[in-house]
Amino acid sequence: MALENETIISFQNVTKQYPNGVLGLKDLNIDIKKGEFVIVVGLSGAGKSTMLRSINRLHEITSGEILIDSKSITKAKGRELRLIRRDIGMIFQSFNLVKRSSVLRNVLTGRVAYHPTIKMLLGLFPQADKELAYQSLQRVNLAEKVYTRADELSGGQQQRVSIARALTQEPKIILADEPVASLDPLTTEKVMNDLKRINQDLGITIVVNLHSVQLAREYGTRIIGLRDGGLVFDGPVSEATDQRLKQIYGSEIIEEQEGAGQ
Amino acid sequence: MMLPAEPKKKKIRNWLIAVVVILLYIWAFAGIPFAGVKENVGQIVGSIFYGLIHPDWGYVYTGDGEDLISLMIETVAIAFVGTFLSSILSIPFAFWAARSKNSPRWLSGFGKIVLTAIRTFPEIVLAIMFIKTVGPGSFAGVLAVSVHSIGMLAKLYSEAIENMDHGPSESVVSAGGNRWDVLGFATLPQLIPEFLSFTLYRFELAVRSASILGIVGAGGIGTPMIFAINARSWSRVGIILLGIVVTVTIIDFISGRLRKRLV
Amino acid sequence: MTTNTLPKRSGLWKNVLWLVIFLVVLFVSGSISGVDLARFFSNSSQMNVILQKMAHPDWAYAKIIVEPILQTIQMAIIGTTFGALAAFPFSLLAARNIMTNHWISGCFRFVLNIIRTVPDLMLAALFVAIVGIGPVAGVISISVFSFGMITKLFYESIETIDEGPIEAITASGGSKFDIIRYAVVPQVMSHFLSYLLYAFEINVRASTILGYIGAGGIGVFLQRSLSQFRYDQTSIIVLVIFAVVLVIDTISNRLRERLL
Repeated sequence: MALENETIISFQNVTKQYPNGVLGLKDLNIDIKKGEFVIVVGLSGAGKSTMLRSINRLHEITSGEILIDSKSITKAKGRELRLIRRDIGMIFQSFNLVKRSSVLRNVLTGRVAYHPTIKMLLGLFPQADKELAYQSLQRVNLAEKVYTRADELSGGQQQRVSIARALTQEPKIILADEPVASLDPLTTEKVMNDLKRINQDLGITIVVNLHSVQLAREYGTRIIGLRDGGLVFDGPVSEATDQRLKQIYGSEIIEEQEGAGQ
Repeated sequence: MMLPAEPKKKKIRNWLIAVVVILLYIWAFAGIPFAGVKENVGQIVGSIFYGLIHPDWGYVYTGDGEDLISLMIETVAIAFVGTFLSSILSIPFAFWAARSKNSPRWLSGFGKIVLTAIRTFPEIVLAIMFIKTVGPGSFAGVLAVSVHSIGMLAKLYSEAIENMDHGPSESVVSAGGNRWDVLGFATLPQLIPEFLSFTLYRFELAVRSASILGIVGAGGIGTPMIFAINARSWSRVGIILLGIVVTVTIIDFISGRLRKRLV
Repeated sequence: MTTNTLPKRSGLWKNVLWLVIFLVVLFVSGSISGVDLARFFSNSSQMNVILQKMAHPDWAYAKIIVEPILQTIQMAIIGTTFGALAAFPFSLLAARNIMTNHWISGCFRFVLNIIRTVPDLMLAALFVAIVGIGPVAGVISISVFSFGMITKLFYESIETIDEGPIEAITASGGSKFDIIRYAVVPQVMSHFLSYLLYAFEINVRASTILGYIGAGGIGVFLQRSLSQFRYDQTSIIVLVIFAVVLVIDTISNRLRERLL
């Protein structure tokens, strides 16, 4: 992979101030390169979710700029914004599938930004899209559930369906906002493994928010630590030792993990 | 591996439903002669709009008791008394129709059917029957509203009774209370706020009904309304419509506020 | 500061006041509307005459009213459908989570409320004056009435949907239309159909009366039987209406259960 060191997400002096004056993000400057597997950690309310959602502009920032593959998403409008979002897949803590629709339908919705509105209103997805959706499902080992209704699946299966949906977008980046918070330890492993494989096999850049520092160390290549909206740690996994993290967060963060890792 | 085909059963079922629905619509449209519509529709709509925009303000209050305000008050009065009477009459019906441990299935089922029958009996027919009994005028309207409302009100009451929490009754019984104690301390305190809320809701609908019953002579704004339409005095129609809209909106608003405070 | 005796309830006078107001309004309304219970009881024999005649329905008349009853149902089907078709886009415009500009959604709701305050028979009388006597007036009235009812139910339903799929499709780069088509509609379609059926049930009942003022259906026969004092015919008509409503309600309830 020749362009391994090219920056694909760039935060430049990003600040988010809420109407009541509180700062959600404080002057963030972060560069994420293609192919990285970045995990963002921090206490609840540290701004992890805000940061992640500002990458695809589900949340707005008040100053600064965010560049996606050298294009400013902060300044983009209308169709341009949608095209940038098309290249970014996202996975949510509550899966965000349409419960009454079939798995196939849910995965296909990843393709909506590729076709004109009329076709989409009539539900005319080309056969190629359907095959692509099927392949994504195969990649997460859920191929046999293709026509099943989404709410008939377990939580872990639903999350993997949403991974398949993100994959079907043929994205350059996949964002995951606390993807395993509602899952049991076994399913958590499956989902994180899926993400790892996607990162390694397809070269897609992955940014994940996680509560658990232990998981972060197990799967990430690079860890970013946020505290009260500010960047307090940015480095390879090897540097994110217990001691170092206690220094930054106080012992709360290790205790929070011990509480969560039952 | 290629995408497998969609399961057959679902496809067949969807096609069947589509065919049935299409046939139903073809049948429905066949029965309505759309072609036989008058030619001067456009002109009439135009005059109606003109009348609506220039309402007959003089009709609002003339002091002879036949004006808009007096009649709207009369309409609301009909609805008020009618709903009140209905709420009292509905209570025994509600207990009849409510499924409970003490009453057999067939009894409550029969009660429910009786209520559906009352609800289906056209209010207009009731109004005419009462007109033949007590003469034309708003009293007939009151009676028609009271009887017809039992259908919906008793049904709502009975559902409230069925969904009642039995905990408080149990605690009164276990403390040594008799039937009347249970009624007074457990049942009624739970039911009364809900009953009041339903009654207020029914009152909102009754105001609408009461404004129509006048069409057959049962008092309220309905009579002048139908006269005005038949006489094509669109300005008068406009002011009456305005009066109805304003009155109903105000009553809905007040009633909505009260109901929120109850529940 | 605690006392040894039970502190007095302050709200008691308010409740008494409400009760007094209520009784005053009740009596005033009673006199305005000419409630005269004595007269009712003294004339109740008249009512008995009518009820007796009704107790012997004219069964032979049933054959004659089959076609008008079918027309009533046809009116209800078409009217409800037109009303529902108009309600669909309108509800989307009135729902606060889709139409994020609350001024616009407020506007639509305001217009909607005005339409909903006009009683159905009044609408029918107006439309009879516009398009003439016949079922077309009835169909239009039912359409307007259904539009009001379904739009309100539907937009309230839209506002309670799960926002998650909306977020997901926004994140994938979907447009507003994509969001409505793939995140909103699949969630609310079954509710919409359920409301359509509910409106249909109500409309069958309502359309039986519209004919009274000439808007088509069985109402015409109802009016005729009453003006000719043929209460035996009135009762057979009411019985047939009852049977039809019962059948349609049952079918509709079954379908609605399967939808939700």
